[in-house]
Amino acid sequence: MTTYDPYASSRETTEGRVYSVTGNDWDSLVTEIGATKEERVVVNMGPQHPSTHGVLRLILELEGETVTEARAGIGYLHTGIEKNAEYRNWTQGVTFVTRMDYLAPIFNETAYCLGVEKLLGVTHEIPERASVIRVMMMELNRISSHMVALGTGALELGALSPMIFAFREREKVLDIFEMVSGLRMNMAYIRPGGVSQDIPDGGIAKIRETVKELRHNFKDNAKILIGNTIWMKRTQGVGYLDLAGCITLGITGPILRATGMPWDLRKSEPYCGYENYEFDVITDDGCDTYGRFLIKMNELEQSLRIIEQACDKLEKLEGAPVVIQDKKLGSPADLKVGPDGMGNSEEHIAHIMGQSMEALIHHFKLSTEGFRVPAGQVYVTVESPRGETGVHLISDGGTHPYRVHFREPSFNNLQSLAAMCEGSMIADVVAAVASIDPVMGGVDR
Amino acid sequence: MTVEHGLFGVKGTGDTSGYGGLVRKRFNEHSAERPYGGYFDEIADELERALPLFNEDIERFVVDRGELTLHVRADRLFYVAQALRDTPTLRFEICLGVNGAHYPADKERELHCVYPLLSMTLNRRIRLEVSVPDSNPHLPSLVELWAGNNWHERETFDMFGIIFDGHPGLTRILMPDDWIGHPQRKDYPLGGIPVEYKGATIPPPSERRTYR
Repeated sequence: MTTYDPYASSRETTEGRVYSVTGNDWDSLVTEIGATKEERVVVNMGPQHPSTHGVLRLILELEGETVTEARAGIGYLHTGIEKNAEYRNWTQGVTFVTRMDYLAPIFNETAYCLGVEKLLGVTHEIPERASVIRVMMMELNRISSHMVALGTGALELGALSPMIFAFREREKVLDIFEMVSGLRMNMAYIRPGGVSQDIPDGGIAKIRETVKELRHNFKDNAKILIGNTIWMKRTQGVGYLDLAGCITLGITGPILRATGMPWDLRKSEPYCGYENYEFDVITDDGCDTYGRFLIKMNELEQSLRIIEQACDKLEKLEGAPVVIQDKKLGSPADLKVGPDGMGNSEEHIAHIMGQSMEALIHHFKLSTEGFRVPAGQVYVTVESPRGETGVHLISDGGTHPYRVHFREPSFNNLQSLAAMCEGSMIADVVAAVASIDPVMGGVDR
Repeated sequence: MTVEHGLFGVKGTGDTSGYGGLVRKRFNEHSAERPYGGYFDEIADELERALPLFNEDIERFVVDRGELTLHVRADRLFYVAQALRDTPTLRFEICLGVNGAHYPADKERELHCVYPLLSMTLNRRIRLEVSVPDSNPHLPSLVELWAGNNWHERETFDMFGIIFDGHPGLTRILMPDDWIGHPQRKDYPLGGIPVEYKGATIPPPSERRTYR
């Protein structure tokens, strides 16, 4: 008879005895389990576990240290973003979807805006400068997202320095986001019709400088991890998933490219003018965690190449509009930083208040009810850091979306956990999850 | 497919706009006529060859904004999907998930289900759409064809209450197991509580007057 311990108690259920473990009580647990002569143990890893990327709950059936069955429990971060978006106008939707996959906000925004523009039938009227800015911001975002994936992935396997280096570089990218949009995350920067504001003066020079720094500093992580014996022993052959597995599970992104399949939507279905940039699709044929790691590492350089080309284009397009010229759609109009913060420029205020009745009407309609989108449905995709982000939008002709659905790559890819982990050691589960790189904000939405 | 009464989101009395009696029908998707354009005709030809009951299985071809939607009879969904996946000239290897939509005004076909398909070999995309009545929301599960549909179908069940027959474990995925109701349906309000600020009360978003 043991004394009652509120933090490490056990109780009988229909499935067998359930133990609560909180730490520092392993010895008593092992003694108790040992007495039952049961080899099979089911362990709940998470939803609050430092190596499960936020609130992912892993349900692992173990025999000794071998995982015989692995299931993921999700939904702990479900916030009803899709439902919320139905009660806001089309422009406000950007503010919601940017919070789904919070490591790749620009991709969510771009995918959503491309969808709205396709519904409106204005895809070809988006100014070139806006598209170039979108591409540049997406590639910067790819770097910041990969930096988290690489940094935390290494941290979870016990390598601390790569995390420090990766977050140092990510910080530089977030500084650019702050300079351009005013926010470091969840910027709602991409809007239907263009982007919310132009790059500030001197912005391109700052970005070029950062690109140089990043290119130099990326070598730190490469030196530490690529070819490192311990790192390779922890990742090579771990979390194996081949092409057939990827296809039936609908896996895209680095996991698919790690099977040797050069599938990248930027090449196969270019959007935002990606066909005008030179870059390579990185593949690997390891089908494992190490291959996915190498792909993310090498994609950083490709992103830098695209950013440099985008900077060249932006210099040529200096002064060109960044939002659609249709006054019934282009919102917000002409943002400037004034003495009391960000807002419509004084010229714009003077124009709507003193010069043009039509401009005032457009401003009023856009600010109160937003614009109407012709009825129909579209499915639009972009290549996010984790794979295909698909947006299914339905409009009934009103000022609000009728239905917004995100096909999140994290949600889909997390299903592969069982295929990757069953039969492996429990320590390899952590490596496999890190290579899937799930972002729970995107998984649960 | 949706029918709206009045303007400015007013329900019942209280409308001083004069638009209270207005009834508008929204949504009208027409079946497209041949030629559909692009590779869509080829898909239609190949599918006609692959499916013995083509005219019954496919209810409508809709081409809109450069996207092809096949409206499929619910009980034939599995066979159509299998033909799309396995016919060598079609090769839709990947299903990118499942998405539901609720159209309360579309009588006897209230719940719709949408499957975006992708052929990587041929770089083509199409969309399957099926509809089921709210009173009998059963669809065949496609997990056997595309294992990745597992979670997507669970999500659609969770959010819309569509039951996928043959699914290996159809349980809620995002909402708690004991949750009542299916949140993405149009008759399910957007939670939220009224917010009081300086004596005035702002109702939750789903009860506010809004432009539509």
